[in-house]
Amino acid sequence: MWKWLHPYAKAEKAYQVCNTLMPYFAVVAVIGLIVGWTWGLAYAPADYQQKDSYRIIFIHVPSAILSMGAYTSMAITAFIAMVWQIRNAELAVIAIAPVGAAVAAIALITGAAWGKPMWGTWWVWDARLTTMLILLFLYIGVIALYHAFEDKGAAGRASCILAMVGVVNVPIIHYSVEWWNTLHQGSTITKFDGSAIDSSMLYPLLINILAFACLMAVIVLMRLKNEILEREKHRPWVRNLVSGGKNAV
Amino acid sequence: MNPRRKKRMFTIIAVLLGIGSAIGLTLYALQENINLFYTPSELIEGKGPNKEKPFVGQKLRIGGMVVPGSVVRNEESLDVEFKLIDTGPLVTIRYHGILPDLFREGQGIVAQGVLIEPNVIEAFEVLAKHDEEYMPADVAEAVKGIKHEKPKYNLNNGGY
Repeated sequence: MWKWLHPYAKAEKAYQVCNTLMPYFAVVAVIGLIVGWTWGLAYAPADYQQKDSYRIIFIHVPSAILSMGAYTSMAITAFIAMVWQIRNAELAVIAIAPVGAAVAAIALITGAAWGKPMWGTWWVWDARLTTMLILLFLYIGVIALYHAFEDKGAAGRASCILAMVGVVNVPIIHYSVEWWNTLHQGSTITKFDGSAIDSSMLYPLLINILAFACLMAVIVLMRLKNEILEREKHRPWVRNLVSGGKNAV
Repeated sequence: MNPRRKKRMFTIIAVLLGIGSAIGLTLYALQENINLFYTPSELIEGKGPNKEKPFVGQKLRIGGMVVPGSVVRNEESLDVEFKLIDTGPLVTIRYHGILPDLFREGQGIVAQGVLIEPNVIEAFEVLAKHDEEYMPADVAEAVKGIKHEKPKYNLNNGGY
């Protein structure tokens, strides 16, 4: 059933598929960000209570959702890397980690900047904020663990294990606002009785989430390509690629 | 699937389940302590299975809705007093300082302070809790039938 996936375990094939996919994601990301941000920041109506301050939602929510999404995909690739011992999957873990760390940091920083005027504080140790901070530390841990080993095989395995173990934090982040009393408000988009956000604000938000996802995909693919080239630099196909196919060794 | 992969997969799944349940049990045990705040009814009636009440002099956080019409401001200073409610009893909060932007009557807030009487808290920090609803002003008026405006302050008495 999964036979069609087998060729992509080879580095060269994976490199090529990265190249093929990248432009599509890039186009959607650029168009989506332009449309989403102009719509959200300039044209969407102001909130009835927060006025214009709520507009940080168009950056905060996409980065927060996708930091969790990126972690989940990182954990899945780590699982594949461990069970089937596919090196490309291991490289994908390393490609995703810094991107996820960056969006997690963006979510925390924009949240703090919004919290100061709205709540009256930059930071409070409630369940949502704390678990989100743990997510950032997990990302940093995965990156640090990978760079702590000389032997890249051992490094990959160690960071894969941390990536998989850390995934238990993701549902905790999501449900933290339901399980405990928190200062952070509950989920807006995924409420059971429909979204708690007016459609004039929801559409630009959804566009932004899609655009952020595509932007992250582009960056991850670029990083994955680099990791593959770095790991395979002594192979003939990489030499061929670098020399433009002229003087194959 | 070959046996080695199968073994690895089951080992990983077992480890993940183990860690997941360990963390789950820890969080369950800590459930009461992770809550950021007491609600007014927990403060008065006690919280948890043992109905533990906080003692006078204890530093704590309380979260609830500001009772409409209960906000009393001092004409001379930044002192303000209001009542909080969730489902049952009322708790009085006294505060000296500037209230956050989203502080309104009928709005959720979280206050941190010292319990000075069983139902009175001297707060040193008041945070506004925002709900998950976002809508433009005209929609809010149509849906809720209320015009949300910041409370009017008399500029002469040092309000903001």
